[in-house]
Amino acid sequence: MADVESLFEFVHMEIVAYFLNKPGKNVDNDVIQNLERLGFGVGQRLVERFTKDSPRFKDELEIMKYICKDFWTAVYKKQIDNLRTNHQGTYVLQDNSFQLLTQMSDGKQYTEDAPKFLAFPCGLIRGALSNLGLSCSVTADVLSMPKCKFQIVIPKS
Amino acid sequence: MSRQSAVRADNRKVSAELFVLTHGALVAQLVKDYESDEEVNKQLDKMGYNIGVRLVEDFLSRSNVGRCHDFRETADVIAKLGFKMFLGISPVVTNWSAASDEFSLILDNNPMAEFAELPEGHEGLLFSNILCGVLRGALEMVQMEVDVWFVHDSLRGDETTEIRLKFIKKLEDALPAGED
Repeated sequence: MADVESLFEFVHMEIVAYFLNKPGKNVDNDVIQNLERLGFGVGQRLVERFTKDSPRFKDELEIMKYICKDFWTAVYKKQIDNLRTNHQGTYVLQDNSFQLLTQMSDGKQYTEDAPKFLAFPCGLIRGALSNLGLSCSVTADVLSMPKCKFQIVIPKS
Repeated sequence: MSRQSAVRADNRKVSAELFVLTHGALVAQLVKDYESDEEVNKQLDKMGYNIGVRLVEDFLSRSNVGRCHDFRETADVIAKLGFKMFLGISPVVTNWSAASDEFSLILDNNPMAEFAELPEGHEGLLFSNILCGVLRGALEMVQMEVDVWFVHDSLRGDETTEIRLKFIKKLEDALPAGED
């Protein structure tokens, strides 16, 4: 199969544009939320295919390591640059050059638009984790383009 | 056998899979948002067009292909290089019209439809219609106006998946200065 990632990037751009310009017939017209939901579904399916032959994960940290290394490499062709945790269910994943932001100017010009391009990836992570048995919330912040961090919070029951 | 090596070996397949699944989610969203299948088809075509006009630059810069001299050459480039590069398949070029201005692409196994199944009541939906838009948009950027449509789609129960391309005209006005 092909190993060109641009096709995904272009489709992702179109999806973002679609939700932005969507006619306001639906009450719930939250662009970010819609994008996140779409990503969630894709993440769920994707991780199911990736891990179908791998052994069961031992614990939460191992799942996170899997997301940072293998999942990220598979989807974005690189590993997460920095993983931090407070060992209480909060993880911060930092990517110093996030694929979906590298095409944009690294000045301040598009910083406002960046969150729209991070909603789908957030959903992707949440979907992947949910299918590995962790329900959580994922948020993303741009530090300075194209550097961003994803914060994953797993509520303790 | 570590988990890592299993994933690495699969890596080449992954970006296509990510695209295919994302595209599937998009179609599902459109089906939810629009009343009729025709509307969804039209929307997919429009999005494909937007993708095509950008994708062609990526294609040209990676493939080193020059200007095509006739439509037969164009067909070859699309099938053997374009589809190969982005979807990893090489459709068969066939059913040429007598005037060499129309041909069909036969996709034996359409990777975009790999995980899809049309639900009942959506017999009019062209799941991979985005491809038509991509082809139309990409060719327009190299000064060719074409019509692209699905003749058969295996998802709709046909034997094969067939995309038809018809050459309309050369877009002379859009030629950049210095080219002939």
